[in-house]
Amino acid sequence: MSFDLREAATGAADPATVGGYGDHPERVGFFTDTSVCIGCKACEVACKEWNTLAEDGLNFTGMSYDNSVGLGADTWRHVAFIEQPRQLGRQETYLAPTELPGDLKRTAAGRTPVSLGLPASVPPDGVVGTVREMDFRWLMSSDVCKHCTYAACLDVCPTGSLFRTEFGTVVVQEDICNGCGYCVPACPYGVIDKRPTDGRVAKCTMCYDRLSVGQEPACAKSCPTDSIQFGELDELRERAAARVLALHAEGVDSARLYGADPNDGVGGAGAFFLLLDEPEVYGLPPDPVVTTRDLPAMWRRVGLAAAGLLVGLIAVTVSGASAPTRARR
Amino acid sequence: MNRSDVPAGTATMTDVRLDRAPDLPAERDAVVGSAGRPGRRQRGERLMVPKAEFRSYYGRPVLNGPTWQAPDIAGYLFLGGLAGASSTLAAAAELTGRPALARGLKAGAATAIAGSLYSLVHDLGRPERFVNMLRVVKVTSPMSIGSWLLAGYAPMAIAAAGSAVTGRLPVPGRLATIGAALLGPAVAAYTGALISNTAVPAWHEGHREMPLLFVGSAAASAGGLGLLVGPGAESGPARRAALLGAVAELTMTRRLEQRLGPLAEPLQQDTGGALIRAGKVLSATAALTLALGGRNRKAGVAAGVALLAGSLCTRFGIFHAGLASARDPKYTVGPQRERLAARDRAAKEPT
Amino acid sequence: MRQPISIGSWPVWRQLTGPDGFGRAAAAKSGQSASLQARTASADRVVKSICPYCAVGCAQNVYVRDERVVQIEGDPDSPVSRGRLCPKGAATLQLTTGSGRLDKVLYRPPYGRDWQELDLDTAMDMIAERVIRTRRETWQWEVDGQRVARTMGIASLGGATLDNEENYLIKKLFTGLGVVQVENQARVCHSSTVIGLGTSFGRGGATTFLQDLQHADCIVIEGSNFAEAHPVGFQWVMEAKARGATVIHVDPRFTRTSALADLHVPLRAGTDVAFLGGIVNYVLTQEKDFREYVLAYTNASTIINDQFRDTEDLDGLFSGFDPEVHQYASETWQYEGTQEATASGDRDEAYERRLATRHHSHDSGRGEKHGSGGAALDGDPRQDPTLSDPHCVYQILKRHFSRYTPEMVERICGIPQDVFARVCGHLVEASGPERTSAFVYAVGWTQHTDGSQFIRTASILQLLLGNIGRPGGGIQALRGHASIQGSTDIPTLFNLLPGYLPMPHAHRHGSLDDFIDGDAARKGFWANMRAYMVSLLKAYWGPAAQPENDFRFDYLPRINGSHSAYDTTLEQLDGNCKGYFLLGENPAVGSANARMQRLGMANLDWLVVRDFSLIESATWWKDGPEIESGELSTERIGTEVFFLPAAAHTEKSGSFTNTNRMLQWHHQAVEPAGDQRSELWFMYHLGRIVRAKLAGSTEPMDQPILDLTWDYPTEGGTDEPMAEAVLAEINGWNAEGKPLSAYTEMRDDGSTASGCWIYCGVYADGINQAARRRPGEEQNWVGAEWTWSWPANRRMLYNRASARPDGRPWSERKRMVWWDEQAGRWTGYDVPDFEPTKRPDYQPPEGASGVAALRGTDAFIMQADGLGWLYVPSGVLDGPLPTHYEPQDSPVQNPLYGQQRNPARLLRPHAENRYHPSGSEPGAQIFPYVVTTYRLTEHFTAGAMSRNVPYLAELQPEFFCEVSPELATERGLEHAGWATIVTARNAIEARVLVTARMAPLRVDGRVIHQIGLPFHWGPNGLSHGDAANELSAISLDPNSHIQEVKAFSADIRPGRRPRGPARPAMVREYQRRAGITGRTGTGV
Repeated sequence: MSFDLREAATGAADPATVGGYGDHPERVGFFTDTSVCIGCKACEVACKEWNTLAEDGLNFTGMSYDNSVGLGADTWRHVAFIEQPRQLGRQETYLAPTELPGDLKRTAAGRTPVSLGLPASVPPDGVVGTVREMDFRWLMSSDVCKHCTYAACLDVCPTGSLFRTEFGTVVVQEDICNGCGYCVPACPYGVIDKRPTDGRVAKCTMCYDRLSVGQEPACAKSCPTDSIQFGELDELRERAAARVLALHAEGVDSARLYGADPNDGVGGAGAFFLLLDEPEVYGLPPDPVVTTRDLPAMWRRVGLAAAGLLVGLIAVTVSGASAPTRARR
Repeated sequence: MNRSDVPAGTATMTDVRLDRAPDLPAERDAVVGSAGRPGRRQRGERLMVPKAEFRSYYGRPVLNGPTWQAPDIAGYLFLGGLAGASSTLAAAAELTGRPALARGLKAGAATAIAGSLYSLVHDLGRPERFVNMLRVVKVTSPMSIGSWLLAGYAPMAIAAAGSAVTGRLPVPGRLATIGAALLGPAVAAYTGALISNTAVPAWHEGHREMPLLFVGSAAASAGGLGLLVGPGAESGPARRAALLGAVAELTMTRRLEQRLGPLAEPLQQDTGGALIRAGKVLSATAALTLALGGRNRKAGVAAGVALLAGSLCTRFGIFHAGLASARDPKYTVGPQRERLAARDRAAKEPT
Repeated sequence: MRQPISIGSWPVWRQLTGPDGFGRAAAAKSGQSASLQARTASADRVVKSICPYCAVGCAQNVYVRDERVVQIEGDPDSPVSRGRLCPKGAATLQLTTGSGRLDKVLYRPPYGRDWQELDLDTAMDMIAERVIRTRRETWQWEVDGQRVARTMGIASLGGATLDNEENYLIKKLFTGLGVVQVENQARVCHSSTVIGLGTSFGRGGATTFLQDLQHADCIVIEGSNFAEAHPVGFQWVMEAKARGATVIHVDPRFTRTSALADLHVPLRAGTDVAFLGGIVNYVLTQEKDFREYVLAYTNASTIINDQFRDTEDLDGLFSGFDPEVHQYASETWQYEGTQEATASGDRDEAYERRLATRHHSHDSGRGEKHGSGGAALDGDPRQDPTLSDPHCVYQILKRHFSRYTPEMVERICGIPQDVFARVCGHLVEASGPERTSAFVYAVGWTQHTDGSQFIRTASILQLLLGNIGRPGGGIQALRGHASIQGSTDIPTLFNLLPGYLPMPHAHRHGSLDDFIDGDAARKGFWANMRAYMVSLLKAYWGPAAQPENDFRFDYLPRINGSHSAYDTTLEQLDGNCKGYFLLGENPAVGSANARMQRLGMANLDWLVVRDFSLIESATWWKDGPEIESGELSTERIGTEVFFLPAAAHTEKSGSFTNTNRMLQWHHQAVEPAGDQRSELWFMYHLGRIVRAKLAGSTEPMDQPILDLTWDYPTEGGTDEPMAEAVLAEINGWNAEGKPLSAYTEMRDDGSTASGCWIYCGVYADGINQAARRRPGEEQNWVGAEWTWSWPANRRMLYNRASARPDGRPWSERKRMVWWDEQAGRWTGYDVPDFEPTKRPDYQPPEGASGVAALRGTDAFIMQADGLGWLYVPSGVLDGPLPTHYEPQDSPVQNPLYGQQRNPARLLRPHAENRYHPSGSEPGAQIFPYVVTTYRLTEHFTAGAMSRNVPYLAELQPEFFCEVSPELATERGLEHAGWATIVTARNAIEARVLVTARMAPLRVDGRVIHQIGLPFHWGPNGLSHGDAANELSAISLDPNSHIQEVKAFSADIRPGRRPRGPARPAMVREYQRRAGITGRTGTGV
């Protein structure tokens, strides 16, 4: 049998169809609209409750209100908090409303948490407004597994524990995973991770078990402001596109979609976002690419290298071949 | 498409409305700040000025670094290469009438592959489930392909060694020897793809050089082994293999560092950098010794040890460099930003 | 599971033979994946429930399998929550089934070093025995020659987290036992709401309901961190936002609410009266008031007694102030030609004052009676429709607020004039016939020494703008406990009986007739007070209550002054209060001056703590801060402590009353484990055992408890009383025992019985109306068929005002309730808050009284004159109009008047409760910063329901303080390091969160820094830290006795606090440096 590796790495349109599911439901996904997120973390808790994940660390980080730090084996939803000296749309904040006395003004001139060693809060254009003009906004965003169209974790899994479901989502099968850990460095988003406790990897399943009985994922269900929207991916993408236009029309120029483009490095994410700043500010890679896109090239190199080694070693042996061999001929 | 699996409404469940007025927008359409003062900044937000200096989320890594343990996986990279190349060299030696060298290399290959298998299984979170590796065949997963390769190679390498050492079953032994020799190079080379096929910047971006670098390193180590186990009279191939391998290893490492640019930092700094430098020195010294030292047995042994050590250092160095590149977000964000910038420039160019 | 090994089960085979050649999907599916099943789908049953945390009252579905709760999530049918939950609601599964709960009774003998286990029955018997003993030892028949028939030896605290039925039994049993010191969280959270809203509009609850916020054109959130403290309710702000509303957040901090608002206006904590007063002044001077509404529905035109003197005339005081006792006599505040007959200023006030001079016991909190009904009036006030009479309310208002100029607002609040102008603009533009604005507040307004007046100011503003009783308008009070509204309606409060009937007062209420004459109004629904009271007495004492014995009115214990939670603490310190019940409340963390709370408990004979886990109030004798500092030592503490594990909401049936007066029934899902029991069980069986022990006693003091009706059917393995039987008694029945369907059916002849007249109708037709769950999607936004709300299932109060005086809607856009001429009745989207068939043009005949005396335009039917009160002649003890006073402990001198603090505030000077010098007083500079306390989304109140829940604890794992970069620079505080915060009460340590969200304010030429302190933490639990309330003082609002914890001065310094004896030493050193004595801050 022969495989076209390019196809293997970049598949056709619908992942479930490619995955060999004849009759399958529409591909579903998450649209996380961070512009209406209130940072309540209901998603984090609802997720842990449903998936019975462990509490993973009681540490005060000083990273604004984020004490969960990031996605991992026991944190499948993570709300990021970013404090910025920048205006959100036409929002008016008056955190430094009056001219302050000279000395205080000087200290206040450095009103950016940079002085606290928190790089996230560097003003986007590098300058802090004067005290009177200082803008401020507090960004919150609930991160989750992207359920990529071309999922590196799933591609590299040697056991088939990670697999594509009929819903087009990517799920770890606990009964199969042997904890080889290959998927961990393969994920371009740093989503999946290995549980020290049971040696297996874990990540968001988009509540595979709930989907099968027609229930929406726990996080989306709990979200008080509909910041996390669950539904058919195509419909969500349309909704998201319209949403960005609406925001721009109202002066929120920094609104942009992340992971919604089917032509991006992962073929479009099943869970995409509306962000209000560059992805890296939220801890997301600006231009993620599924590593297996380059795998064909790698295999060619491997073939070359192997052949080279074979030939080379024979050559170095034969070149100095001793008499007896010739004699035998 | 048939939607029977999902009751209608699944997709709209987060869209509950109360006032029976679907024409009214839902709260998710709320535009924060829209009612603020337009006058203060006519165009609403200041548009983003593209930033030169990179930004991150509190300096946290974007990636989850490999959970692999250095002794296990870096060790495996080394042992796998050593075994693969040794099997081939052994067969070649045997066919050219160098039985002693062949026997030594076969034994070495068998030991190495046994060790590498141990490392692989030992690194698993669920070692008892190692057989799941043979549950699927995935061309998209070098580890899957590698598992199948090892499944074929390891028994033959061990059989070959067994037969050679005991002198029993010469014919199957010969077949095993040839089989192992043919699979050996693949075993030595695929690990290059194994680590490159990840999001770890230093590994992935090095995917062009990695396989050649690894086989070079493998050849060098196999040659080194040959110099140790083979009698002086038969050590010619080993010496030449070692030279060839060492040169390949050094050139590819150089190529790698040159091509990666800023991403090469992890290959030059800290643990990774130190190990790689040590590897270079060891291999280079060994190569020189061999080139100059001629057939001197002592020199050969010394060089052999140096080559093995050099290959080992290189593998561990590359392993650690990878971890370092995953740990610092700038290695993830920086190159991607440049890629985007380049794409924008390309888009702007008139077609 | 093992399947037979077959080649077909080998994925490689499936790869080769099936469509999934790459082995990444169908071929790789495992056995487990194939047989996966959601536990929501495999549950045996789904039980309808309500979230036990805040008062939004989100509906929950409880999934039960094999008699175990396997999942709890939101119920999409709820019109309020629409199936959504906040992190706390989402954690209820872990809360109820997690490792955080205890299921064994624990007992600590006097002077014991540790807990020992105790059998539940023994514990109950011991407690009953102690109740009887203490009651005997401390019984009082008379005080100052007045009959009181009570005990001051026993007190109870807690109820807001409990069901209405439980609160009913608590109040009923304790009243029968003669215990008057019955209090709950409502005292420390929202008691001033009852005064503020009750005196202004006639009822002490939020005037609107959450879903209606979506119709607001402008929402001002002030004194509330809506998005953080009530996230699920906040979805309705977002709905309004989506429809173009302007959202303004006025708060000292930039919070998660501010992040979603259009405007964030930072103000100095505790200056809201100045800010709102400034807007009132703007509205009046610019004549932006909704004149037609104001004339028809408010008392703007009423003429006031010409003896009245305003703060303008007396530099911050109103007429009638008695500096000797720091109290007002309100005779001069009255409407011309009337004398009111209510709490303050009634015929006995002279006595009140005599009393006050002797014990520092002040008013008995009668203002809270207005939780359902404004003050009563006698006589007919004169009105001037032209509003030109200098003595009419409108003119008085104008003069009173004339000083609240934008300049003054800037000087007091630190809000620049242009910003202030923006807020005024938004608010005024979004008010009128076509548009409405809503105010949303919470404890940021209530917890001040003049908290009631904060809410009064907003009430005045909303009346002037015509926003009360109309869709998208109103004042939304966000309450913080699942049933804190219920524990105020069916009060576990010392000064109230169910339905806001006042607790009889020793000298004032000899007989039932005195009682009724004293409080009943001549006009409005309050005129039927006798029927409500008699029905209550019948519900309490059944057959024993007969006309000839005044329906056993004499069985009711009498109050004589304040017996609020804080006074109880002092009684404990004085050794008068010997036994204490803590029913789901944690004063060692949650009450002001937490240290004093513990010292009080250390002076008790016995303490009963009922909670989920070992809260700070249960373990202070063992590991409290005073043990660590060496001030107390375990072996010298004689307090006997009983810990009884409580049942969770999933383990009992009952009703919670949410923040919008909505009674929502939650059904029992499973039996509680081990010794866990409901409060219903505890109170019922405690009463049963006590009555059994006293059976046959002829002691007069025992008759009230023996005559109490106490025969409730029980069910289940634990003999749990049937909550629905209690609900039926609350609802009431007639002579034939048929359930009443409305309080209008009540009689004063003893033929009807009802445990709480305002809840009458919740069991109409013998059906539990609170359990109705018609999905919101099948109804309009009012959701009238989702459970039941008082009064009479109305969701929006005073909605008669949503129509013009002539009965037509003010506008199509804002129609709610209107007069239907054809049908000859009021109709609309909500139940009309009016007599259904009374014509808009109805004029009462001469001498009409009661309900008949209400005109067709009297939209505020609980008010004695049917009007919304801009000016309150009676019922608010610190003035008929709000005035800005500085907090008790403030670094700022009041720029408005010479009067620095609220002259009528209640203080409790004590060695453990010292106050700070303020403003320009020497020593004030020792405490230069303003502390404000608050909640976080991730935790709940005093932490008992969140700090032991791992999923919540990890989200906010440590106590921290929020400071601005400027303050951090000024004091050398290091981000993520430690800081020590100090007041004259105590010193605490907290991790430092330096953030630009805290802004320094320029106030009257000075820069004022504020320090934010979430108050959830205490020493126990997974996530622990010092309690912010160690710092706060007991300084109270005179009307509601609520403590001032939203604004007080303090100092902050880098590093951790001293350990051991060095801690109190540090506090003493601060007192010395600030020159603090027993008299500091106690002047007028």
